[in-house]
Amino acid sequence: MESRNALARLADVAGHALPLTERLRAAARRATDELKLRLLGRDFEQRAQILKNRYVDIGGDPFGFDVETARHAAMIIAFFHRLYFRTEVFGIENVPEGRVLLVANHSGQVPIDAAIVGSTMFFDANPPRITRALVEKWTATLPFVSAFFNRVGQVVGVPENARRLLEMGELLLAFPEGIRGVSKPFERRYQLEPFGLGFMRLAIETDTPIVPVAVIGAEEQYVSLGNVKWAARALDIPVFPLVPQFLVPGAQMPLPTKYRVHFGEPMYFTGGPDDDDTVVANKVWLVRQTIADMLRRGLASRRSVFL
Amino acid sequence: MGSAAVGDGAVVITGICGRLGRRLSRVLHREMPLIGLDRRPFNDRPRDIEHHQIDIRSKRAKDIFRHGTVRALVHLGVMHDPHGSAEEHHSWNVVAFQRLLEYAERYGVPKVVLLSSANVYGPRPDNPQFLNEEAPLLGAGAFSDIRDLVGLDMAAQSFLWRYPKTEAVILRPSHILGTVRNAPSNYLRLKVVPTLLGFDPMMQVVHQDDVVSALQSALKPGIRGVFNIGGPPPVSLSRALGMLGRSSVSVPHGVARAAVDRLFRWRVTQFPAPELDFIRYVCMVDDARARATFGYRPRHDLMQALRSVDEERWV
Repeated sequence: MESRNALARLADVAGHALPLTERLRAAARRATDELKLRLLGRDFEQRAQILKNRYVDIGGDPFGFDVETARHAAMIIAFFHRLYFRTEVFGIENVPEGRVLLVANHSGQVPIDAAIVGSTMFFDANPPRITRALVEKWTATLPFVSAFFNRVGQVVGVPENARRLLEMGELLLAFPEGIRGVSKPFERRYQLEPFGLGFMRLAIETDTPIVPVAVIGAEEQYVSLGNVKWAARALDIPVFPLVPQFLVPGAQMPLPTKYRVHFGEPMYFTGGPDDDDTVVANKVWLVRQTIADMLRRGLASRRSVFL
Repeated sequence: MGSAAVGDGAVVITGICGRLGRRLSRVLHREMPLIGLDRRPFNDRPRDIEHHQIDIRSKRAKDIFRHGTVRALVHLGVMHDPHGSAEEHHSWNVVAFQRLLEYAERYGVPKVVLLSSANVYGPRPDNPQFLNEEAPLLGAGAFSDIRDLVGLDMAAQSFLWRYPKTEAVILRPSHILGTVRNAPSNYLRLKVVPTLLGFDPMMQVVHQDDVVSALQSALKPGIRGVFNIGGPPPVSLSRALGMLGRSSVSVPHGVARAAVDRLFRWRVTQFPAPELDFIRYVCMVDDARARATFGYRPRHDLMQALRSVDEERWV
């Protein structure tokens, strides 16, 4: 029976609409759950718990790793890892247990490559591991950055810290190209800068296996035309990359390139930590060559920058 | 007299009337004769402690070493008055300590203990997370107030190498917490604790009684050298404040620096502006040597150390 009253008619519509909104809301919830599951995986909480338990015995991580902050950071980085960059991981089983030093190429103007390697070790490695990247000293002077880096397990890259972490059986990530690598202009993509020697002395001294890592995809995320030296000097920062993307409103996000992370087989080196530079440089050359080789093969086998 | 063996004679403690000095004397006075040396009066002093209310630089201080048998000198009498004059500071701290070392050498005191501080390394962005005893003493770069302490530390170090007959011990504890009225304890006693926006360094604190027991161990025969004294596992500043239940307010560094600088000049605060670096950068020590050499172990955990600042009212 048709109701005449306007109010009653409205109620009638609402009666039909209400279940509909309910259904929509349930669908939305299902979708977010599904997305969360797809991004974080079924065992996200267990993985976080494993990391949490790691430092309980020594009264918390002495470098300031905080599992709650790391959990939130992982949720955000998961979006980039799974959806945005669609990271493909090769050879992660090559990473041995216990102390290990990952040595990777560095690129991309903004060190997203470190975050992606970190999230690979968290989401794709079994058991999950905290990646302790050795960061530039000047980041310790930056507000927010320094506090955040501490909490997600990054440490200032001085040899004493690296040695202590390796003695704790941690997984270290070093970029021997340093800041020169990150700020590479576009035309030098996938060309390795000279490597520092420090990481090799450290590995020999602490008897740590080195796993070469080739990160493909990061070098195209921001197209840098060069380094504006006077601007860097004026702002007291190491480099000021000239990235046209930064100037276009709304285009500050990196390009959605596809990341491919290749882990090579662990390399073991022997010798004296106080060996002459030339002796150490030969060993460093071997690592650099291995990474260059992995990069070349990785680049040859990829179909496209974005797919 | 020059060869007084470790084991007899008195222990001279300078700065005995300070909080830490009194705690140390309470622990030691039943085991060995003590002689206090301080400009301040020693209230409710145990009967068996001999106290001289004199200036370290005076001749009477020398007489104590000349006429008595001194088996050890414990130097706690480092003056730290941020508002005091630099000249007075220097004369009191460096000149007085140098004189004490001279007496120790001349009258053959077998043991000299200096309570220095981990602050001599200075908080710096490029510090390793844990500094060992060989790290350079860069604390004086930013803080003129620490310059004296670095000078003292260096004087003790050169004494350590020049006079092997005397066992010299330098202790460099991290932030001492307790009823002591030092900067870190006073800082934690604030009702609302200011922190620096965007900075949350790891902190290392040690309970005052753990420092007292480290001093006690340093007096044992055979111990000599430089030792860092850490405490319970380090903790981030924000977490420490959370554990204490303090509310904090974050201030950008530039603003905080200008404000503290102004307040300090008006004598409203005891904290000189450069000390803000202590809540900005890391300055923690590796105490492996103390643990290995004389079995140092902090007996108070983090909570006990933090809570101990509340045993004393903010002054």
